[in-house]
Amino acid sequence: MTQVSMTVNGKAVSGEVEGRTLLSGFLRDSLNLTGTHVGCDTSQCGACVVHVDGVAVKACTMLAGEAEGTEVTTIEGMANPDGSLSTIQQAFQDHHGLQCGFCTPGMVMSAAALLQDNPNPSETEIREYLEGNICRCTGYHNIVKAIMAAAGQDVSKIAAE
Amino acid sequence: MPKDGGIGASSKRREDVRFLTGRGRYTDDININNQTYVHFLRSDVAHATIKGIDTAAASEMPGVVRIFTGADFEGIGSIPCGWQVTDRHGEPMQEPAHPVLAQGKVRHVGDPICAVVADTLEQARDAAEAIELDLEELPAVVDMKAAVQDGATKVHDDLTSNLCYDWGFVEENREAVDEAIKSAAHVTTLELVNNRLVANPMEPRVAVGDWNAGTDDYTLYTTSQNPHVIRLLMGAFVLGIPEHKLRVVAPDVGGGFGTKIFHYAEEAFCTFAAKQVGRPVKWTSSRSEAFMSDAHGRDHVTKIELAMDADNNFTALRTETYANMGAYLSTFAPSIPTWLHGTLMAGNYKTPLIYVNVKAVFTNTVPVDAYRGAGRPEATFQLERVVDKAARELGVDPIELRRQNFITEFPYATPVAVEYDTGDYNATMDKLAEIGDLSGFEARLAESKKRGKLRGLGVNCYIEACGIAPSNLVGQLGARAGLYESATVRVNATGSISVMTGSHSHGQGHETAFPQVIAEMIGIDESQVEIVHGDTATSPMGMGTYGSRSLAVGGSAMVRAAEKVINKAKKIASHLLEASEADIELKDGQFTVAGTDKSVAWGDVTLAAYVPHNYPLEEIEPGLEETAFYDPNNFTYPSGAYCCEVEVDPETGKVTIESFAAADDFGNIVNPMIVSGQVHGGIAQGVGQALLENCSYDENGQILSASYMDYAMPRADDVPFYSVDHSCQTPCTHNPLGVKGCGEAGAIGSPPSVVNAVVDALQRAGHDVTHIDMPLTPGKVWAAMNG
Repeated sequence: MTQVSMTVNGKAVSGEVEGRTLLSGFLRDSLNLTGTHVGCDTSQCGACVVHVDGVAVKACTMLAGEAEGTEVTTIEGMANPDGSLSTIQQAFQDHHGLQCGFCTPGMVMSAAALLQDNPNPSETEIREYLEGNICRCTGYHNIVKAIMAAAGQDVSKIAAE
Repeated sequence: MPKDGGIGASSKRREDVRFLTGRGRYTDDININNQTYVHFLRSDVAHATIKGIDTAAASEMPGVVRIFTGADFEGIGSIPCGWQVTDRHGEPMQEPAHPVLAQGKVRHVGDPICAVVADTLEQARDAAEAIELDLEELPAVVDMKAAVQDGATKVHDDLTSNLCYDWGFVEENREAVDEAIKSAAHVTTLELVNNRLVANPMEPRVAVGDWNAGTDDYTLYTTSQNPHVIRLLMGAFVLGIPEHKLRVVAPDVGGGFGTKIFHYAEEAFCTFAAKQVGRPVKWTSSRSEAFMSDAHGRDHVTKIELAMDADNNFTALRTETYANMGAYLSTFAPSIPTWLHGTLMAGNYKTPLIYVNVKAVFTNTVPVDAYRGAGRPEATFQLERVVDKAARELGVDPIELRRQNFITEFPYATPVAVEYDTGDYNATMDKLAEIGDLSGFEARLAESKKRGKLRGLGVNCYIEACGIAPSNLVGQLGARAGLYESATVRVNATGSISVMTGSHSHGQGHETAFPQVIAEMIGIDESQVEIVHGDTATSPMGMGTYGSRSLAVGGSAMVRAAEKVINKAKKIASHLLEASEADIELKDGQFTVAGTDKSVAWGDVTLAAYVPHNYPLEEIEPGLEETAFYDPNNFTYPSGAYCCEVEVDPETGKVTIESFAAADDFGNIVNPMIVSGQVHGGIAQGVGQALLENCSYDENGQILSASYMDYAMPRADDVPFYSVDHSCQTPCTHNPLGVKGCGEAGAIGSPPSVVNAVVDALQRAGHDVTHIDMPLTPGKVWAAMNG
């Protein structure tokens, strides 16, 4: 067992982990931050996306030990300081960008990373960026629409509802 | 002007807030103090005799609590099947035993042999690797037609063959159909495969079993669409635990699509083992494990023949289908290719004579059961493909051939035993032409051609049967359960309401839509109504969510319970207002006396019910809480018309979906935003089946697509924005809300649109291609173009 320390959602945390412990496991099991979901075992689904030092990372593909000393943000750290939904989260609710909610944390974290790099992405750029996040419920329609809306684009012309 | 609340409003989903902030509570988020973890050691071969299991070394590994094998389940019940199909000779289907852990033989890759319970998951996995298995491999049967040949290896030694049943429907029509086909002016024949799929809800299955030593009560937390069904099946048939000692909780569930209906061995194991080891037992499926243990879907091989007279009127339809059951009968497996498939073969058409033959076959593969649409996509695909092929053979417009044969008068009794109550198939086709801009196709075709791409247009219709189902009817058809739904409407003293429903929400938005109905009925704000679901301890016995039944059946139960509440509240109001009960009206949360200005607020009446000081105690009881069980008296019949435009790259065979439009008739609609979302998701799953998804096995029964590296599902860049419309509304005539159900339509209607479009594109380019089996991968399309 080794000791790891990092900052998660602005709070300094530390814990004992095995060498094989994944960052996703550390977040879920040691820190009880269960918003980070694990939907596959091949780094394909993207339900576990978090930000490590500002970069979107699949938390199932990084060892907890590798995150030593980093700043990690999870879905639990994405709301506004007053607890209200952030712009991206609010856009997902406004445009029905989620159904069962399981892929949602990863989608929100990926969308946030995209908009950080590219504040005004095209539909194609959004769809290509989301290649690493699978949603089985929405058919992506309202996820793409929500991200466009979060970027401040007029989505009223995209098929209603 | 859109409504801002109640029935017909696109109310934003209240459940979203917890999901968007990481505060959902899924089964894997549940950890119980002192819990153990189980890892299942599964067969890595498709068929073998278990000659020996040596757990001695593994048992000594660190953290191991106990290792279970099939021997620990001697005398424990078999995982039950919930539907018995009777074959065309009047004999019951063959029904093999399905032990919790394999006994004597393994019958598919993934069949669980041992269960290692340890302090940590890692310790359980490590110990599983130290178990020594002696498996004597046997020949595997994978191909369905080979499986039913004389002399084929049997999946189950105690059955007479691998044929589960040979079903004929309607058997009395068989000869008349044969005759009609013989004497037809034209017969179009199509042989096709409905590819095997894996539902793949993004949340893998999880089960946590807990046993209370003080009370001898059990609790199972599980990823289920229907916790009461699990309690019934597992308690009564497998473990022998009476319902009052067994609680099943299905908290937030990350998608189901059918695959979380069924009772699985892992649920029974965790519940059983919790008492055996005296500690909670948790199992979390890995994704690869899910591919080997979640029930699969579809997997039909079909020959369909459509007969027409000289005027292109459909005169008869005959189908022969081989349906894969896998190695064991999953909960509803036998009903899918029969009663949920054969009864839909009339589709939208007035074909007078229909005969459906289905041979259900055991193979050394994972069990196959319901997946989104369940039988209805298989019916729709073959019918809409054969109609399209017929139009091309006859040189007539595929839409006009459909319109000519549409059922136009309702109610309509089909020759396959169901009666459609309402519908307007021309209206949805008209709407499709508008939203799909069908008249602009030629211009888009020319534009594609300029870019060197082959463009095609595919159009089709669908009908489905939802709201399963009248209990007495399904009982006659072999269901071993009733298919009603329940609701308790509990009004609190201050007027807020909790609705305990047997329906379960795992993405469908019940927590938002159900309150819209109650708010509309009473005239209070939606925020005053809360939905409680997913726990056998809080909801009355209910049958759960599948088959697009929640609003049509569960919503109807809720309406009936709310009507009882309102009737009682009116009695209380009449007392408070000193008026005749017959004169009391409820509107906007106020009880009024007709023709006067006397009124009392909803909250005052509810308070009186719980603080009955001024109250007619001699006539009615205090309190305001009512329960209703609603048993539907027919299925509901949503219908629609879909179109898809594709481009095919002639160099590579790659198909891209350029546009997709869906015009649906779901009857009345409670939340249009949620309905559209359901259609979007269904379309994507249908496009996935048509272009990408395939669960494949090699000839030895090895599963070749057991991870997301190998099983391709639609990603965001595989699909366009969809154009969906549900303004054509012919309300259901037999449920109180006039609703039909919308959850599966997209997955039912979309696969034929895509395949029709690709065939259209290739034929327009001069290729003599009449059919390609799904998924239409670039390799298959290229091969079709290049002979």
